[in-house]
Amino acid sequence: MFNGNEILETIYMISQENLDIRTITMGISLRDCASDSARTSCRKIYDKISRYAQNLVKTGEDIERDFGIPIINKRISVTPVALVAESSDADNYAVFAKAMDDAAKNVGVNFIGGFSALVHKGYTKGDALLIKAIPEALSTTERVCSSVNLATTKTGINMDAVKEMGLVIKECAERTRDRGAVACSKLVVFANAAEDNPFMAGAFHGVGEPECVINVGVSGPGVVASALKNLKGADLGTVAETIKKTAFKITRMGQLVAQEASSRLKVPFGIVDLSLAPTPAIGDSVAHILEAMGLERCGAHGTTAALALLNDAVKKGGVMASSYVGGLSGAFIPVSEDAGMIDAAICGALSIEKLEAMTCVCSVGLDMIAVPGDTPASTLSAIIADEAAIGVVNNKTTAVRIIPVPGMKEGDVVEYGGLFGRAPIMRVNPFSAEEFIQRGGRIPAPLQSLRN
Amino acid sequence: MKAVITVLGCDRIGIIASITGILAKTNVNILDISQTIMQNIFSMIMLVDLSGMNCEFSKLSELLTKVGEELGVEVRLQREEIFTRMHRI
Repeated sequence: MFNGNEILETIYMISQENLDIRTITMGISLRDCASDSARTSCRKIYDKISRYAQNLVKTGEDIERDFGIPIINKRISVTPVALVAESSDADNYAVFAKAMDDAAKNVGVNFIGGFSALVHKGYTKGDALLIKAIPEALSTTERVCSSVNLATTKTGINMDAVKEMGLVIKECAERTRDRGAVACSKLVVFANAAEDNPFMAGAFHGVGEPECVINVGVSGPGVVASALKNLKGADLGTVAETIKKTAFKITRMGQLVAQEASSRLKVPFGIVDLSLAPTPAIGDSVAHILEAMGLERCGAHGTTAALALLNDAVKKGGVMASSYVGGLSGAFIPVSEDAGMIDAAICGALSIEKLEAMTCVCSVGLDMIAVPGDTPASTLSAIIADEAAIGVVNNKTTAVRIIPVPGMKEGDVVEYGGLFGRAPIMRVNPFSAEEFIQRGGRIPAPLQSLRN
Repeated sequence: MKAVITVLGCDRIGIIASITGILAKTNVNILDISQTIMQNIFSMIMLVDLSGMNCEFSKLSELLTKVGEELGVEVRLQREEIFTRMHRI
């Protein structure tokens, strides 16, 4: 009836290879919290989040105990706040971030996402006010995460928003200069944002989502890396096959936890996100998977091909293991949160240009990359524009989470601790894109046929 | 509800007696039991039925962890589904 080796394999994955459920994220619609008074609206937001999520953390902990699988984060995503705040009389939306932060503290979650605006074609009054408030919101709150979607395949790239986000990121860095510009680590700029993504900092509860939903993000780079270590010299077909089998097992855990959380909380199950999300812990690195495939260092030539194989095999294995797959679903390559990426960046194997190429074949984008504090806003905007172009043309989600650390230069290392890890300051191309960015306007949507 | 108890660690006298003692007190029925010793590591896997259990799951888990600490072995209590879901379609 039960097989001892299978039981020990599962236990070994959890205890030695860092298999875990990375996050249970409750999506909550705030569309009924709008009011012409900002004060009323904030009270409604606080009350609704507190009511819906009151049992989230406890339920997560109960599941963790019953099944013996760690669930690292319990989080909340909400409707993009620009949509909710827009009908109010407020001219500074930081008060809404404060209400979200207070609610997050009240229910005990470590992050709440959705201080967001969707501006891929243009700004409404509320979008403009929200983006203006991002630096204050992220520097005065602890748990609020923000995202801005400024491009889609169907609409093209809003270059006015690209220009503004470069300045917003600089201001976020400046306002938290005494803390390594930590506000920037809570701000994601998207192209083709996913509406059901459970991972921070880019999670928000999309407008097509139900009243309340449970989304789960799985992880387990360590399990994949260790499966590959036993395959020395095997051909890449065998490698892909092994990754698929491992991804299947990991995702089955996610599906089980998602169903269990959904039934205990009496909230519908949304999706399982099949991402390989690294942490700075040793043995929990995506870079080490690529190195286990035979690359001397992540970032060497061949990295993009290896990552493409990995990303595709994870999806193929995971899709059958879950009834609904969504979110970002792919291998993440955040530099500061991955021990192997950090080492590769420090030794010079990994550059921003190579990371950009890697984002063409994986989820999600240029993530947790620290750059010199004197990087001009227009260069940050140009990096965002490049990444958005990759997403828009290739019909995929891409993102930028970049941190210009004030006072730091190439070769320095900024320490965040915890899940954010430590980030080596990476070299940025010194030539200017100022004139290109100053043009503003929109880059038209790309052609969907004649694709070469 | 069924659960799996696993014990991993160095072999010594009294491991099974201590674990089964707790199960008898909490009215938990043992359905299957197997043990092996691989490279000096003792591993025991036990399938149990919790339907007649006279305490909370968390209490039983706590008692088993505690006895494990006394014996110097790792004892885990996990709902059976985590294993069946991962390895069975």
